[in-house]
Amino acid sequence: MNQSVIERKPEAGEAAALMQVVMLGIGDEVFALDSDLVREIIDPVPATRVAGARPFLPSVVNVRGNVIPLADLRVRFGMPKAESTADTRIVVLEIKIDGDPVLVGVVADKVYEVTEISPADVQPTPRVGMHWNPEFIRFITKWREEFVIVPNMERILS
Amino acid sequence: MTTLDPAEVFRQEASELFDALEGALLDLGLRPDDRDLVDTAFRALHTIKGSGAMFGFDAVASFTHEFETAFDRVRKGEIKPNQDLISVALAAKDYIRTLIEAPETTDSIIGDAILDDLHRLVEPDGYKPTEGHPVEASPVAAQARVGWQLHIEFDSDILRNGSNPLDLLDDLGKLGACFVMALTDDVPFLDELDPEHCFLKWDVTLHSDCERNAIDDVFIFVQDEMKLDCRPLAATEAPLAAMEMAPPLQPAGPAGDLPPSAPSAASQPAPPVEKKREESKRPDDKANATVRVQAERLDELMDRVGELVIAQARLSQLAAATDDISIKAIAEEIERLAASLRDTTMGARMVPIGSLFGRFRRLVHDLSRDLGKPVDFITSGEDTELDKTMIERLADPLVHLIRNAIDHGIEDTASRVAAAKTDIGRIEIAATHAGAQVLVTVRDNGAGLNTVRIRAKAEEQGLIAPGAVMSDQDIHQFLFHPGFSTAQVVSALSGRGVGMDVVKRTIEAMRGSIDISTAPGQGTTVTLRLPLTLAIIEGLLIRVGEGRYIIPLSAVEECAELSSADERARGRDFLNMRGDLVPFVRLRSLFDAAGEPDRHQKIIIASSGETRVGLIVDQIIGSHQSVIKSLSKLHSDVTMFSGATILGDGSAALILDVAQLIAAGQGLADKPLKEAA
Repeated sequence: MNQSVIERKPEAGEAAALMQVVMLGIGDEVFALDSDLVREIIDPVPATRVAGARPFLPSVVNVRGNVIPLADLRVRFGMPKAESTADTRIVVLEIKIDGDPVLVGVVADKVYEVTEISPADVQPTPRVGMHWNPEFIRFITKWREEFVIVPNMERILS
Repeated sequence: MTTLDPAEVFRQEASELFDALEGALLDLGLRPDDRDLVDTAFRALHTIKGSGAMFGFDAVASFTHEFETAFDRVRKGEIKPNQDLISVALAAKDYIRTLIEAPETTDSIIGDAILDDLHRLVEPDGYKPTEGHPVEASPVAAQARVGWQLHIEFDSDILRNGSNPLDLLDDLGKLGACFVMALTDDVPFLDELDPEHCFLKWDVTLHSDCERNAIDDVFIFVQDEMKLDCRPLAATEAPLAAMEMAPPLQPAGPAGDLPPSAPSAASQPAPPVEKKREESKRPDDKANATVRVQAERLDELMDRVGELVIAQARLSQLAAATDDISIKAIAEEIERLAASLRDTTMGARMVPIGSLFGRFRRLVHDLSRDLGKPVDFITSGEDTELDKTMIERLADPLVHLIRNAIDHGIEDTASRVAAAKTDIGRIEIAATHAGAQVLVTVRDNGAGLNTVRIRAKAEEQGLIAPGAVMSDQDIHQFLFHPGFSTAQVVSALSGRGVGMDVVKRTIEAMRGSIDISTAPGQGTTVTLRLPLTLAIIEGLLIRVGEGRYIIPLSAVEECAELSSADERARGRDFLNMRGDLVPFVRLRSLFDAAGEPDRHQKIIIASSGETRVGLIVDQIIGSHQSVIKSLSKLHSDVTMFSGATILGDGSAALILDVAQLIAAGQGLADKPLKEAA
């Protein structure tokens, strides 16, 4: 995987706008996460509930000796709760909160693939017809003839 | 990994030397007659000068040289150190430090002014020896001095270190005409001779009008590996006048076996005696051999050990579930090794708190001078050890507390005399171990806290309702409220109402607590309770509903089963613990635990400072070595937990913040009172 990143870098330099993303599904939506944010993708591990925490950060998990918060984006996006399945994964992200790098796990119902998206496909975020906060969306693009959301993780989690 | 910048090494070394110098100077203010202190200060100066010159800090070297020359008269005993001299010497020390650390921020004018002051103090109306002073003969010797008689012995393994005694003797030859005589008494027979050992000693007669310092400079880098005996040559040729006024007996030194009236003993000055002392100290220094390690490496080591302890706990859990005796044996062995490795690693991070106390002596000295309040500063328990990160974080809170004690606590001299107290105030700072905690107390013998005034101020700021019933202890807690100050006059030092809240926050961030006790007219004592380390705690593993949690064992006072009578009494949340009323908190409801509670609920009495609270849990599982992991920034809104740890099965468990839970318990306890009122 490391190698593929190295191979792709010069390419990204030529076509400046091509963006490498990880495609993941939460509920009925497909999200494209900037692969620079993604540290690793792991199988679900037992989570520890944190009493008194905000609902979309309900628990912590142990990832390689670090205790990191586990975010449930379903809550944030107002989706119904769901049981985990064989496809459920934890995507470990490193995001910046007030300038400091912070590790956080995000529960994904399914992780599809690592791919590239082109800005040519970027669609303006519609003001209506969205059932959640437009602040959470960086932009919307197309992938396999489907609309996918590129979320603003810093906004969503802070 | 990193290339060592020699200048950086010098800065680090110099920093330690400055601490030694400052300590010695401050001590000298208290015990002006202590020759050892003068020597310590002088040695530190001398080394700074020598290595400063070597690493290209020329300004440092030349200033230090001037300083040293002036201070030499103190060393010779011609001048008695007094407070003025100490103050100037401290200023000089600060100036040298600036020259080394930030030379661009200062100017040589400052240095010259300091030197002027120094010269004025050490040379009052030119030169006038103190009457009856034991070494007044030495200036005479200095005038008549034509050279030095040296006796040089190197440690036998000096050659292995790459030093060549002959080069040093050549250097000595540059100072003036030398007559060198090798002493071959100790050279063994050829078949026993180890060519890597140095068996020779030397007697050198140096005909030169150089200073003693010049000789020391030659040997500066081997001075720990040699004995140098240095006498002015003038001793044997001293004019008759010097002999008559000489002290009757100077027993030490090679001349000691001569009759007391012998001329060579007559004008022998202090140096031989002083040199002896240095020699006798050196073996101790060597016994405490230390290695300098970068702090980050220690932190990394601690992280690895933390992970090892977690892995070991998992192994022990697996081993407990198996019948395989050999696996069990290995698991036990690993457990023992991991525990001792953990203790050793933590030990390596422990630093005696004395290093911190040393810094405050200067603070007290300066404050006492600026405020015109004479203060005795007493420290005890300097060898109490604390994790190094804690020592660093303790510095600021203690500075605040000491400033407060001098500025607000200690009265001015007139008030003290009026109150029939000694006119010199006292600040004591002490550290002791108490179980798994370290107590650091700052005590003054000043006026004590003015509870009435604090209360009035709290009412004025609307923090409490006028006339509310409060214990004195609760009232004193307002001192830690942000922006709270009772000082009528804001001084440069304190009274702005920032400080005490910072102290409290810092101490609580270290999982410590603060107690204040005060007696009107007798003073105030502030006690900081701190855990020994920030990295690992002994915890009590408990279960509430499905979740497992850790309570720091240091906070646990006792565990008991909740009696059915207490269980039924839903109306009140108090327990009767042997006559004391203890409020309790049901962790199940606090944590919104799912499922049915266990039939036999347990109660854990936890304390923070003076207050206690009962925590009701489903099950007490046992003790647990908890490697503390801080909670993520994203969870900074979570108040009930101070951190997390990793359990044997790899899952995370949260560590309860007992101080917060007690606040929650008191919140519950206050409710019925308010309803009643």
